[in-house]
Amino acid sequence: MLALLALVPALPLAGFAILFASAGSLPRRWIAAIGIGSVGISTILAFIVSAAFLAAPRPYREVVWRWIAVAGFNPDIGFYLDALSLVMMLVVSFVSFLIHLYSAEFMAEDEGYSRYFAYMNLFVASMLVLVLADNLLLLYLGWEGVGLCSYLLIGFWYRDPANGLAARKAFVVTRTGDTAMTIGLLVLFTHLGTLQIQPLMQRAAASWPAGSGLAIAAAGLLLGGALGKSAQLPLQTWLPDAMAGPTPVSALIHAATMVTAGVYLIARTHVLFELAPPVQAAVAVIGALTLLLASFSALNQTDLKRILAYSTISQIGYMFLALGVGAWTAAIFHLMTHAFFKALLFLAAGVVIQRLHEEHDILLMGGLWRRLPLAFWSFLIGSAALAALPFIDAGFYSKDLILWDAWNSGPYGPWFWAAGIVGAFVTAIYIFRAVFVVFFGPVKAEPAGHIGYQVAIPLMVLSALALGGGFVELPGYLGDVPAFSGLLSAALPVPPALRAATAAPSLEGVLVGIGAVVPVLGAAVAFVTVLHRPVFVTRLVEASAGVALQRFWAAGWGFDWFYDRTLTRPFVWLARLNRADIVDAFYTGIAWLSEAGYRLLSRSQTGQVRWYAAGIAFGSATLVILAVFA
Amino acid sequence: MTAAFYVAAVVAVLATAMVITRANAVHALLYLVVSLLAVAIVFYVLGAPFAAVLEVIVYAGAIMVLFVFVIMMLNRGEQAAQQERQWLTPGIWIGPAVLSAVLLGEIIYMLWQGPASVPASAVVTPRQVGMLLFGPYLLAVELASMLLLAGLIGAYHLGRQERHAAERDIQKERAGRERETVAR
Amino acid sequence: MSVVPMQYGLLLAAVLFALGTLGVLMRRNIIFMLMSIEIMLNAAGLAFIAAGSRWGQADGQIMFILILALAAAEVSVGLALILQLYRRLATLDADVASRMRG
Repeated sequence: MLALLALVPALPLAGFAILFASAGSLPRRWIAAIGIGSVGISTILAFIVSAAFLAAPRPYREVVWRWIAVAGFNPDIGFYLDALSLVMMLVVSFVSFLIHLYSAEFMAEDEGYSRYFAYMNLFVASMLVLVLADNLLLLYLGWEGVGLCSYLLIGFWYRDPANGLAARKAFVVTRTGDTAMTIGLLVLFTHLGTLQIQPLMQRAAASWPAGSGLAIAAAGLLLGGALGKSAQLPLQTWLPDAMAGPTPVSALIHAATMVTAGVYLIARTHVLFELAPPVQAAVAVIGALTLLLASFSALNQTDLKRILAYSTISQIGYMFLALGVGAWTAAIFHLMTHAFFKALLFLAAGVVIQRLHEEHDILLMGGLWRRLPLAFWSFLIGSAALAALPFIDAGFYSKDLILWDAWNSGPYGPWFWAAGIVGAFVTAIYIFRAVFVVFFGPVKAEPAGHIGYQVAIPLMVLSALALGGGFVELPGYLGDVPAFSGLLSAALPVPPALRAATAAPSLEGVLVGIGAVVPVLGAAVAFVTVLHRPVFVTRLVEASAGVALQRFWAAGWGFDWFYDRTLTRPFVWLARLNRADIVDAFYTGIAWLSEAGYRLLSRSQTGQVRWYAAGIAFGSATLVILAVFA
Repeated sequence: MTAAFYVAAVVAVLATAMVITRANAVHALLYLVVSLLAVAIVFYVLGAPFAAVLEVIVYAGAIMVLFVFVIMMLNRGEQAAQQERQWLTPGIWIGPAVLSAVLLGEIIYMLWQGPASVPASAVVTPRQVGMLLFGPYLLAVELASMLLLAGLIGAYHLGRQERHAAERDIQKERAGRERETVAR
Repeated sequence: MSVVPMQYGLLLAAVLFALGTLGVLMRRNIIFMLMSIEIMLNAAGLAFIAAGSRWGQADGQIMFILILALAAAEVSVGLALILQLYRRLATLDADVASRMRG
């Protein structure tokens, strides 16, 4: 049964090939059948493979064929299945399937229906290749494949130039990180002689001592790729703009799967990061900073999707924080629950936006909870999970695990923990602000249309997962079900530092209590400020400092402004300066000179035979002079 | 015999000078024949009787006759001579004259730079020429025959009146005759 | 037999050659140009004869015969070209046939 593994990414690829080759000539029903069917069968196969794997949990490697065979460099098209890639494969294929199903109805009116499903299938194939690859080169192929699909789908409605610009921005910014990653791969290959992940990790551990320069360089360069793909500081600016794509795309690519590829990459190569403590510390610091920055940025957004985009950045910040403190399992756990609740939030937001005729501004919405009950309950459940309201949802358990591991991670642990708690507080405020503004208060716009089963089923399934997905891993005080970490322990062993340092049970109770109270407090703050609006809040918001701060946060801490001034404008200025091709002047000069020579010499071609004869005579006279007198 | 050389040389130079300055093509051609005959005498004096005979028969005979035929076919008349005189202005010939003079000067300089002149020796008989020609030079003879064949075919091809060109000529001729009758 | 120094023969060839060159360069009538080329070829033959007689060898005359063959072929093709030119352009002015100008 494990041998079916290769079919899991192959089926969506076949779906893409069919849709691409048919070039939109198929009827819509067929397109939907191919698009959803390929991913659906792939999901079923993924479950079958998983069942086979869980029956005998040993890493399984399947080589389909040898990709490149150059002396000493022999990467395969090979897939590797262990607990980590198993979790990723299941999350990716299942969430993809639900979002494809949702898209079939959501995109039904769109003229680019076939193109949409072709890109989506290609994305799923690339993503599955990414998570299943047994060597870093194949992983990189999937990595660039998902980047390409992200570009294509952000700019899906290409008639609006703004969408094209957003796509370009996403492509260029992530490429910045990918360049670092490419160099990292080359460093790894030149020094360790292989790119196959498992042998590579063993060789790295064997030949590089902890903290050696090469390990730091390699891990740092891989981190660069992860930062770009996962929209972490300082490469986070592309993700809010990426919301220009269709909402299911945002749900699938820019929330649930692709942006978490950086987390997966670091988890996959965690041995390398353990060998490079400074880089790992940098991961934690970047994660902490990003989660704070992004959650504050989300506070004052008015575009519903941008709120969710910033929350995605912030949640991936939590995952990076977990990776940075060595809590691999916690990171992957949060990745999984985040995939569920963030996809849910986006899909619910998509329903709201579409029912309101593509209205993105939350200030123009209100009182929708009676009009759109399914969207409301879905969004509420997703928000609860995102805010990590205690005990009832998946987000609480994964975030709690991260915070607990962060506290235990060493001397700076409490600081990381504090950053996480502040982030959780702000997260609860901004997401419940959105909930209260959109679904409560006076009705400002009437929704139109209805919801079909293809939209309803994914929302309900994801709601169930967002609520119950956390119960695979329950902490000690709630019955101690370590199913998830037990599964992952072979692939992602708990670092000794984390295992040894366990705080006192009394302290754990206090920390869990704080972690449980803070989101509720945040939700309450949102409730008070949005729906009751006390005077002091109004005064605070309308004070000049408050306005400035709001603007600053709404602009994402001015990163776009900063990059525009420091990178884009100088570059454009240089390009303008060089518009006349100063560097090229030498070569243009050569061309000009030869053209002038051509004009001069062509004037000598009079076409008159006497002139040519005179030329011959003159030439021979000159030659004789040279021969005799020189 | 030496005197014959000098006389023939002077005649050749003068006749050649006349060739390139005549306005009438037939006159020039006759001077060219004279020049070639003079050169034939020079050949004889230089001990090459076979070459002298060939010069008379082939050059002054056959090739010049070809020229005569062509000039007759073109039948240009007095207007052409007038045209030639117009073309032969000093502005036209000074440049080429200087160039040729320079070339000549160089060659003369080179001749006088060379080793002292040695009197030429015995006569080379046609028999010797024939032995050599059909011995070591056989390949060159074959090549020359190929060249002549190519010249023959080329001349045939180029000289052939194309059909439409021929028709045009006939029409032109008819038109001219009609004009003549009208004038009469 | 002869006591004419070789230089004089070559000198005569040079003078004739220069006159031929002059003719080619200054005449616009294409028939005259062809005649001048004949003069130049003849001068070249004369140079070969003079040199051959200096060494008493037959090679000079053989070269002359080859030049003669060359001249015959060249004149036949050249005259055919002249006829064709006259037919097409109705003139013997070589400068008119200048379609190959750059």
